[in-house]
Amino acid sequence: MTPGDSLAGDVTRGVVRAVARGLSFVENGSPGASALLHALFPLVPDHFTIGVTGPPGAGKSTLLDRMITRYRSQGSRVGVIAVDPSSPFTGGALLGDRLRMQSHSTDPGVFIRSMGSRGHLGGLSGATRDAALLLAAAGYDPVFLETVGVGQAEVEIAEVADLTVLVLVPGAGDDVQAMKAGIMEIGDLIVLNKADRPGIDQLEAAVTASLDLVPRGRARPGVARVSAVTGEGLEDLWALMDSHLASIDPAKRRLENTRRTLRGLLAETGTLFAARLLERDFGTEEQILELISNGATTPYEVGRRLARTAERMLSGNEREED
Amino acid sequence: MDRRIRVLIGKPGLDGHDRGAKYIARALRDAGMEVIYTGIRQTPQAIADAAIQEDVDFVGLSLLSGAHNHLFPEVARILREKGAGDIVLFGGGVIPEEDIPGLQNAGFKAIFTPGAPASDVVSFIENEQKNRS
Repeated sequence: MTPGDSLAGDVTRGVVRAVARGLSFVENGSPGASALLHALFPLVPDHFTIGVTGPPGAGKSTLLDRMITRYRSQGSRVGVIAVDPSSPFTGGALLGDRLRMQSHSTDPGVFIRSMGSRGHLGGLSGATRDAALLLAAAGYDPVFLETVGVGQAEVEIAEVADLTVLVLVPGAGDDVQAMKAGIMEIGDLIVLNKADRPGIDQLEAAVTASLDLVPRGRARPGVARVSAVTGEGLEDLWALMDSHLASIDPAKRRLENTRRTLRGLLAETGTLFAARLLERDFGTEEQILELISNGATTPYEVGRRLARTAERMLSGNEREED
Repeated sequence: MDRRIRVLIGKPGLDGHDRGAKYIARALRDAGMEVIYTGIRQTPQAIADAAIQEDVDFVGLSLLSGAHNHLFPEVARILREKGAGDIVLFGGGVIPEEDIPGLQNAGFKAIFTPGAPASDVVSFIENEQKNRS
């Protein structure tokens, strides 16, 4: 039995400190992380992940607070991963999403974890998918994922979550904004929050008009007009969420998630391997940059030779000359 | 491996003066740390629970109401009780000189009083982190 096994055991028993430690392992890419995930993978029960995304200040955390209350009242243990941006300069981050979820701060049935995006650009952090898996293994269902405040193109959440809730607010642009590609396309549900504010009718009209053009074959997202602060409209939102979740095929969904995990690992391993090969054949990054600035080679030539070496290694003739 | 120092900044008790806590949170962020800010009027239990879920290395408490002799040790006690006594504690706020030894006995490694520069807090954390790992 390795330390990874006993940690995995404690995680599946829902020991809070173990879950927290496990999440750090996964987040930091610690040496034990892949062994831990390997041990947990077969033990993950069927569960839902629900993504909450939208621009900064749209009320994502406040809405999430309401969602937690709702699922808690049904007896579910709820997990939350809330991502806030890391500084591209210092790597530091101010993680403030917990602040809006204080009504659950001492509820043992709620596990909230804040994460810095750590240079990851899709609206989540690189470890979010694995972290969600770990929370599910610990018996939390649903697992909520809150993205950083997003702009127009952070659409990764739709790949990780079973249900993506896009939160919009009035006053953030005209109807052309609602027609753009990207973020406007990924919501399975669209929440028009701060319904007590002026401009809510225009927002609803713009969003509805945009959705009227949804291509055939894709389900038209439901739209709910709510105020997360006053609670207005939440019942409609719950109904929309329930009917979306009921329409999901768990086996198919699990397969899709696994496919994405596999692809993620592929990219990671590939990068690692390519970096080592690069260093072996050409030297350090600095040395290569120097060669390039001396005119001895170009980045494209380096890439081409790297690919050719990899080809040869696969066919077993690595030593053959150019 | 990408390991960041994680710090929770919390305000137990009833005073709502969070300028200092936010200032420190921001300074630690700029020093490259991940700072979880839990906001004002938190119970010791809520702060301890959050610290454990967030798996932080440090907890910093700020208090200006005068209830530090009760609330600070309470956070320390709950953390120890939950097996998280390894989290390093520090405090700040309006804290009379004569109260500091008692808080240190309760497990607080450092107490920062008004006028302490934010850089002192940063170097305290960085030094402690070296000792931990």
